Amino acid sequence: MHILYLIFVDPFVQMAGAPDLLVQTLWEGLVGGVLYALIALGFVLIFKASGVFNFAQGIMMVFAALTLVGLYEKGVPAWLALILAIGIMYLLALAVERVVLRPLVNQPDIMLFMATFGLTYLLIGLGEFVFGGNPKEMPVAALGLPKGSLDFKILGGLVSLQKIDIAAAVIASAMVAGLALFFQHTRIGRALRAVADDHQAALSVGISLNQIWVIVWFTAGIVALATGIMWGARSDVSFALQVISLKALPVLILGGFTSVPGAIVGGLIIGIGEKLGEFYWGPLVGGGIESWLAYVLALAFLLFKPEGLFGEKIIERI
Amino acid sequence: MFYREVGQFKTSYAADQAIFPIRQDRIGLALILLVAFVAIPLLGGEFLIASVMIPFLILALAAIGLNILIGYTGLISLGTAAFMGVGAYACYKLSTLFPQVNILVWILTSGFIACAVGVVFGLPSLRIKGFYLAIATLAAQFFLQWCFGRVGWLYNYNPSGAIEVPGHSLFGVAVTGPSATPVTRYYVVLCIVVAMTWIASNLVHGRIGRNWMAVRDMDIAAQLMGIRLLPAKLLAFAVSSFYAGVAGALMVFIWLGAAEPEAFNINLSFLLLFMVIIGGLGSLLGSFFGAALIHILPIIVRAAPNALGLSVGSATVEHLTYVITGALIIFFLIVEPHGLARLWQIGKQKLRAWPFPY
Repeated sequence: MHILYLIFVDPFVQMAGAPDLLVQTLWEGLVGGVLYALIALGFVLIFKASGVFNFAQGIMMVFAALTLVGLYEKGVPAWLALILAIGIMYLLALAVERVVLRPLVNQPDIMLFMATFGLTYLLIGLGEFVFGGNPKEMPVAALGLPKGSLDFKILGGLVSLQKIDIAAAVIASAMVAGLALFFQHTRIGRALRAVADDHQAALSVGISLNQIWVIVWFTAGIVALATGIMWGARSDVSFALQVISLKALPVLILGGFTSVPGAIVGGLIIGIGEKLGEFYWGPLVGGGIESWLAYVLALAFLLFKPEGLFGEKIIERI
Repeated sequence: MFYREVGQFKTSYAADQAIFPIRQDRIGLALILLVAFVAIPLLGGEFLIASVMIPFLILALAAIGLNILIGYTGLISLGTAAFMGVGAYACYKLSTLFPQVNILVWILTSGFIACAVGVVFGLPSLRIKGFYLAIATLAAQFFLQWCFGRVGWLYNYNPSGAIEVPGHSLFGVAVTGPSATPVTRYYVVLCIVVAMTWIASNLVHGRIGRNWMAVRDMDIAAQLMGIRLLPAKLLAFAVSSFYAGVAGALMVFIWLGAAEPEAFNINLSFLLLFMVIIGGLGSLLGSFFGAALIHILPIIVRAAPNALGLSVGSATVEHLTYVITGALIIFFLIVEPHGLARLWQIGKQKLRAWPFPY
């Protein structure tokens, strides 16, 4: 009985007893969730347009952030470093399309998946080779991002919000809105959606697949850069950050591989669920459950809804 | 010309169904076994045996297990390392609880424990497939790895949190622990790997293997043909986890001698996946090729600068290993998406027709 009490009653008593702590935990989960959602967004963009499950998305994030910081440390002004990093992400997209995707077109999904694994290794090695393996500090001030924290006295306690987190949430929302507009109202956006719908039909109306792939990988690269800056500002920039990219995978399950809103909602659910679970239920089993809670949540969810929250209904034909 | 089966008549069904119907294949296999059992222990140095052959064989065993799951049944798993960990921790726990029992018994028993855990985590495979399943198996990976680190009972409440292998002997010869010689350990691993490869080969060539392959090619069609999906998929998970569990137990007991939970992290799962894919999906031989390439390649890359007389920092070499491994993975996928096993097939065909093009 006592264990049931500890699991089902006690955490809620704690929540009600200290609402300011609850709000703080929720906020941290929310920010983490926004960043997960951004990584998942990069996955979804590429999966929709080219059917590639891009494992390298997390590494692209670290690589982009590392390029930015590395250039900045070499004395390049921050704005120029940002532009150069975007340029390098474009070159990366070009190279990936030309060297990896084009020769492997029409291969089974798992081959392309493995190819992005190869890309992951390549980028880790290259990034560490060029910029060194030491963790680097993101030049937050030089990039014009706010620092410090805002403190609110509410609910009989103190809730402190980091300004950088607020900026992250704002930038993420702006980026998602921008992407949505881009998809809905531009020529390229329509072409992207056409490719996502049906490769062959898109080809037959004169859409160049190769061009679309470059654009999609470039877009994912920019999303990766933005995510990298945000994560980098919260902690240091190093390849340890790639663990976070694995956290984006349950987000994908939850939201469905092909749904942009799914990525965002899934990200928020996972982010908040993870923090609440760790804070209120974690001590019961000795802590550290953050490392697997998201996966188990996603697994339990999959059993009931195998296509995710917003995924396309799976129709199987013989 | 070198590989012609002309004049080799099959006069019985058994001969027709043989796994190696061609005489040259049988001779080749005998030669390989001869080299593995006699030449390497006699002629190989300690480095070759302890740091190349033993890890290669153990990784190949785990790769065979994963290949049964991915290559034969079409279920992608990213949790192999965790199942290896289950085998290792089970073997550690059993052999410290009952030290007087023969260690080989515990290595095989721990395979069965890994098998049970694998079945539990394989249950979702009936509902979900493809990349969704891959991510679901990550739940096994992270949850089990967390257990290895947090559940004190598993590592006997060692202050270090690591498991250390006590010395065990078999028929009076030390096979584990510091007093065992590399050659003894090599023989133990080799015997187990050869026996289990033989079993796997019989499994995949028989009815069970046919069921698995039907499920892989299209599970609904297989179901319509009367294959029960749940038993077929769970059996694949069970066999695969058994192989992984034995490989994990061997890895800690014979190869490393001690292990932390980190030894079974996700990178090992990914490495095994590389081996299976680069070696060739649905090919036992391919598992060996893949393990050889992925394990031996970094050793060569690390040794190359010294051999060439260049002085390169160890960090640089480490980074270059990553770059070269990544580039080679992409290269092999582009050149031959069906893996090294397919290259071997093509090579055999060429040898057969030589000197004519076809």
